[in-house]
Amino acid sequence: MPYLYHTDEDRKQMLGELGIDSEERLFDQIPEEFLITEPLPVGEGLSEFDTLRQFETLAQKNTPAGDMVSFLGGGVYDHIVPSIIKHLSGRSEFYTAYTPYQAEVSQGTLQVVFEYQSLIARLTGLPVANASMYDGATAFAEAATMATRITRRRVLLCAENISPRYRKVLKTYTNGQDVVLESVPMTSRGDVDADALRSRLSQEVAAVLIQTPNYFGVLECPWEYREAIKETGALLVASVDPMSLSLLRTPGEYNADIAVGEGQGLGNDLNFGGPLLGFMACRMEYLRSLPGRLVSETKDVDGRRAYVLTLQTREQHIRREKATSNICTNQGLMALRATIYLSLLGKTGFRELGKICHEKACRLSQMITGCDGFRLRFSGPFFREFVVRCPVDAETIIAKARDKGILAGIPLTKYFGADYRNDLLVAVTEKRTDADFEKLREVLETV
Amino acid sequence: MARTIFEKSRAGRRGYRFSGEPAPAPSGIPDSYLRKQAAGLPEVSEPEVMRHYVALSTLNHHVDKDLYPLGSCTMKYNPKLNEDVAAIKGFAGLHPEQRDDDTQGALEVIHLLEEKLCAITGMDRFTLSAAAGAHGELLGMLLAKKYFVDRKQNRRKVLVPDSAHGTNPASAHLVGFQNQALPSGENGEVDLDVLNRNLDDETAVFMLTVPNTLGIFESRIGEIIELVHAKGALCYLDGANLNALLGWARPGDMGFDIIHVNLHKTFSTPHGGGGPGSGPVGVKEALAPLLPEPRVRRENGRYVLAADGAESVGAIHSFYGNFGIYLRALSYIIRHGGDGLRRISAAANLNANYVAHALDGLYPIPHGKRCMHEFVASGEPFKKYGVRTLDIAKRLMDFGFHAPTVYFPLIVPEALMIEPTETESKETLDRFIDAMRQIAKEAAENPELLQTAPHNTPVRRLDEVTANRKPILTAPLEDSTG
Repeated sequence: MPYLYHTDEDRKQMLGELGIDSEERLFDQIPEEFLITEPLPVGEGLSEFDTLRQFETLAQKNTPAGDMVSFLGGGVYDHIVPSIIKHLSGRSEFYTAYTPYQAEVSQGTLQVVFEYQSLIARLTGLPVANASMYDGATAFAEAATMATRITRRRVLLCAENISPRYRKVLKTYTNGQDVVLESVPMTSRGDVDADALRSRLSQEVAAVLIQTPNYFGVLECPWEYREAIKETGALLVASVDPMSLSLLRTPGEYNADIAVGEGQGLGNDLNFGGPLLGFMACRMEYLRSLPGRLVSETKDVDGRRAYVLTLQTREQHIRREKATSNICTNQGLMALRATIYLSLLGKTGFRELGKICHEKACRLSQMITGCDGFRLRFSGPFFREFVVRCPVDAETIIAKARDKGILAGIPLTKYFGADYRNDLLVAVTEKRTDADFEKLREVLETV
Repeated sequence: MARTIFEKSRAGRRGYRFSGEPAPAPSGIPDSYLRKQAAGLPEVSEPEVMRHYVALSTLNHHVDKDLYPLGSCTMKYNPKLNEDVAAIKGFAGLHPEQRDDDTQGALEVIHLLEEKLCAITGMDRFTLSAAAGAHGELLGMLLAKKYFVDRKQNRRKVLVPDSAHGTNPASAHLVGFQNQALPSGENGEVDLDVLNRNLDDETAVFMLTVPNTLGIFESRIGEIIELVHAKGALCYLDGANLNALLGWARPGDMGFDIIHVNLHKTFSTPHGGGGPGSGPVGVKEALAPLLPEPRVRRENGRYVLAADGAESVGAIHSFYGNFGIYLRALSYIIRHGGDGLRRISAAANLNANYVAHALDGLYPIPHGKRCMHEFVASGEPFKKYGVRTLDIAKRLMDFGFHAPTVYFPLIVPEALMIEPTETESKETLDRFIDAMRQIAKEAAENPELLQTAPHNTPVRRLDEVTANRKPILTAPLEDSTG
């Protein structure tokens, strides 16, 4: 057997110690009616080589975005993953370790989480961040329910331009709870309609939930309605693209109460949408309502600086049903990758990356709108993703582009209905080149 | 202690450069949208980043170094083949918004894994999208809730044995169920009288871990499930301990309605220092229409991602869950085959029993030394020397081992929950047994040695009280102004 040690002699000796003569006896506790004797119908075991070959054959049935010119985004972005990340996150010391409950032999993981918390805090401008959440959608949903716990109110005002996938998960998470979800419309610029938002605020509203850049790539200006929200005692929850925080005003700067987001782009592969990296940061006053793990600096008995999991009384293994969440295992290895990524790019590199993405997005949008019949659906400013209104059904463009090895974007009609039939969500990363843009132009000009 | 990456920062250092000319200031964004100062990220070179994180990594205990006998965590060897499989570009480079035509291989992987998990557990349908065990539990509770709401039954109560994992009551609470803890019987199993007394028309679910957290198989599982079903309630299996049963018994055959399994325990995917995990959920046919998206179907020889039906509980993940983890688990299952999986559980149970047998007497095992894949011993006898279970756990680290799970389950005083897993040799187990014996001796002869342990680790015992009272959760911003 591949990963088992025991020789027949070992087994005999060990069974002998136990005073039994066969392995079957180890299953004596199971009532006979439930014991199975036939091997499970999952096939015969394969050698390492044959197993790998089977997966290579399966992989060949895919055409990965990584091998094409991809303008797909919508929450998962095709950024460069520097080589060092694979080498460090592939170290046994990190990826075969358990959750760092025993701090004395887990200082590596603990310090990484501490640095990760610090980096997320610096990106978001908020004082505290947790050790990670499953993904952007669940982080968003948990932030919303956290706000209902803090305010003891039940209405959540959710901008209609957030990711439809986040909205779906939010709906699932709030299903069992006494919570009302209300939608806030947007303007023709593509951002939240501030007047409509103000008119919906009341003493029952627990939180206003926005995303910026929103799903359509348009930037929000929450500072315009921040005060109105605060006056009613509601919280402001912002889902932010961490990459955009290389340039954009931080949740801390516009006094958001909770910031969440999807950190996949920070050094993680596309992975068909998982594993991803949810992050969550908040104002200090909500620290004890925060779900998930937290690492604190402390000292050991010899006075050396060290790190330890802290405030565990918020968590399920101590508080059981009174916990702030049931989250336990999170996305530790993805958080490690984000930590290495942000450290490597650093202050200058990260800002540079933001500028490159934005500049390329601007150039591409100009190129596209220069093609006959193509325009931007929304007029608001964007970071590196925008909606193109095509002269024909977006699916037509997507099919034509795909024939040329280009993934032109996400067709919005599948999420937003017939009014979006001609709309294409296009994302640009630093990987895209002028030659890529040219290729896309050629396709658009044949329409 | 190691300096933080921020303390290593020097203004002007770069770790990474992008190709092309420096980009101009953002032209398309009005000033009011821009942050005033660049984010305070460190400024370090690539070799420095490498050395920093390599140095940190050496401070960790990990499975590739030595035994990790954490009960209920199944810290088995993570086959390297799995990592190679997950890194194949045809998988790692797939974007979740690509069309089905471009992702046939990935959809087949999902379909195959669902099928194999059904075969292994005896459930009718599986969904993979839960990103961890607790996430699977949450989904399981959502399914149960919807099942009864759809049937216009007002059932609000969830019964959980007092030996259960903390996530069980937390998950039930999240969907609005009321928890009721059931005291376990003398023998550590479910007490049928207690169960019977607490089951009523308002009971929605009985959540059970099999084998339970004491490593004991519920010998009356058939009767238990019949009782629960007779009251119209559902039975939920927390599959954290499935490693004891592979190829020997199937929860589906026992009558469970909903189960979750942990790919990062039973199916060898790495724990990653705290994730990513994966907690697939299996159900019986009656609950299948409620499953969340994504649903992979085979139609006319090709795989399609179908939208969720009207009865579905909705979505619980941005996309399709932790796909990279499915690859590893499927690789593990394919590599072993039916016979291999059966051998895994046989070896896991043999190892646990071998250690239990050797330690019994020195460390009493209140519920009997015959166990499945794990057992719970007690550090109670050492209290008379002023030595607690925590001290024993800490002292083990000086011998190069990770500590067992301690003070859990809550029903055993001074609990030491030990799960060696099948991927440990007899020699390793003997070394562990020797260490435990040595520690027992030290407890009597030199308790201080234990009380002040560990002594050989990168740091020694930590001041957790101050960390709780005045937590320091981020590095000071000045640290990176270099």
